[in-house]
Amino acid sequence: MKYLKFLLVGIFFGIVLVKSEAVSWYRIFEMFKFQSFHMYGIIGSAVTTGIVLMLLTKKLHFKNIEGHLMTVPKKENGLTRYLLGGSIFGLGWALSGACPGPMYILVGTGAFTVLIVILAALLGTYVYGVLKDKLPH
Amino acid sequence: MDYILQPWPWYITGPLLALVMFILIYFGKTFGMSSNLRTLCAIGGAGKNTAFFDFDWKEQRWNLMVVVGAIIGGFIAHFMLSAPIDIDLNPETVSDLSLLGFENAGKTLLPAELYSWDAVFTLKGISILIVGGFLVGFGTRYAGGCTSGHAITGLSSLQLPSLIAVIGFFIGGLIMIHLLFPLIF
Repeated sequence: MKYLKFLLVGIFFGIVLVKSEAVSWYRIFEMFKFQSFHMYGIIGSAVTTGIVLMLLTKKLHFKNIEGHLMTVPKKENGLTRYLLGGSIFGLGWALSGACPGPMYILVGTGAFTVLIVILAALLGTYVYGVLKDKLPH
Repeated sequence: MDYILQPWPWYITGPLLALVMFILIYFGKTFGMSSNLRTLCAIGGAGKNTAFFDFDWKEQRWNLMVVVGAIIGGFIAHFMLSAPIDIDLNPETVSDLSLLGFENAGKTLLPAELYSWDAVFTLKGISILIVGGFLVGFGTRYAGGCTSGHAITGLSSLQLPSLIAVIGFFIGGLIMIHLLFPLIF
């Protein structure tokens, strides 16, 4: 049952994102229109809390469940892939209103047409994998 | 119980999302939802022809469990923990959307104009969902992460690449909403 804890984390994640309304297409539209603080509040307070937790982790040498120091994988340095890839994701995020967590959560809320978005996202991921070596990173 | 059934304020849900990240790091993993798309491609056999998908996806089973949980969590929150309340959108947002042809903004999580079966069975409707999903899948993998991996985990650990990626998220989002939406809708 070593996977049960991940199932529970996922359930918690799904509940929080629905209750925050961050899974709503309308909230994403409103955010990019700068017409509400709501989404900025969610992301801002998540990052602020996260920074404090990660600083404490470092200072107090928190250990993970396996007894190793808790660490976050380092992202490779770069510019093009982050700016270009990020912008491409942003275009899709604003159009579909769904990023890769909410798209699953929305299926749970009964929005089965989101499965089309998931299938298209799988195709997009696949095409990236095929073209990876030809793209500037 | 009433507090649970109402929408939860940002200052509760934001820190709870940081907690999700922290718990996953405590479990020796990391918070990244878009990786699951790569894993699902690998399970589908994409690794036979493409090196990017040729990895031991079984190592990623834990993350697929997060996905299954997220679906269940969505069900629980929507059907058991929510009173039917409209999303409290800015009235300006509602009128802007009305000008673009979106009625009833905020009455549901997703606009019927895009996500109802009626909309899906139009060429324009299905094209929007396919193009949107494709860009999300392609862009997140190109950028090496999405809102969970870059915006929450990356920024929390003060990583510059993640800041650049998040700036990219906004460049793309702003172009879509401000420049392309008036052309599409």
